[in-house]
Amino acid sequence: MDQKKYKGEKKIDLYINIIILIFVLLTGIAAVWLRNLVASAMLLGIYSLLMATLWVVLDAVDVAFTEAAVGAGITTALLLFSIWLTGKHEKKSTKKPWLPLIGVIATGGLLIFGTIGMPDFGDPNAPAHLHVAPYYLQYSVSQTTSPNVVTAVLASYRGFDTLGEVTVIFTAGIGVLALLTGLRRRRRSQKLEIKK
Amino acid sequence: MIFMVASAALLFTILLGLTRAFAGPTVYDRLLAVNNMGTKIVLLIAVIGFLMGRPDFVDISLLYALLNFIGTIAVLRFVKQQRRHADE
Repeated sequence: MDQKKYKGEKKIDLYINIIILIFVLLTGIAAVWLRNLVASAMLLGIYSLLMATLWVVLDAVDVAFTEAAVGAGITTALLLFSIWLTGKHEKKSTKKPWLPLIGVIATGGLLIFGTIGMPDFGDPNAPAHLHVAPYYLQYSVSQTTSPNVVTAVLASYRGFDTLGEVTVIFTAGIGVLALLTGLRRRRRSQKLEIKK
Repeated sequence: MIFMVASAALLFTILLGLTRAFAGPTVYDRLLAVNNMGTKIVLLIAVIGFLMGRPDFVDISLLYALLNFIGTIAVLRFVKQQRRHADE
């Protein structure tokens, strides 16, 4: 592959990233804006799908799968289940949102200001790329036989870390299921008592 | 070139789906928009794979196609349950 073609492809990559990020931004704003909570839950599903696409374009396939399965699949189902238990419409807040809004904008501005001091995207001399990354890049194929370095790092070099994460997610899932089924059962028994 | 045009067209279609998801008055409009966007994203990932010289992205898009319907089924079950609730 000659250099010029490679550069052109890099640029397409960048444009697709920018367009998808704009879509993500629009979806996020709309999800907050809408008062219908079912619509908000569905928009959050779209948000996760778009983020997953972004991860695929950025070549983090594992993160993309997690985002698509958890964000677009399970979270939508859980949100809808909680909406079913509570209410379909968001109540209008009586308080003025100005102070929290200013706080959020200030924090966001500080975070964006902080990114100015960070090394450029994909800079090979960034501190994060000088520590263990060269070792992973050199040996991941021979040691783990996985062609994707991200997969090798997540599933092999940081295998115990990932195991801990899986345990946390499993425990959280059990907790949510216990809460939701308990509520459902209580509701049903209340109904039976009323009928009696 | 053809892949570039295809990805631009797909991004435009995703934008159309987004507008329907934002505006759609009923749940079913939004449901169709979400499902449509899922399909378009599957196609977009496949096209991007060929655009970036990595045809193995097709596998990923196939798995996305398998995942895509879970959200749709969740929403439909929710609507059905709510209907039943309203009838009682």
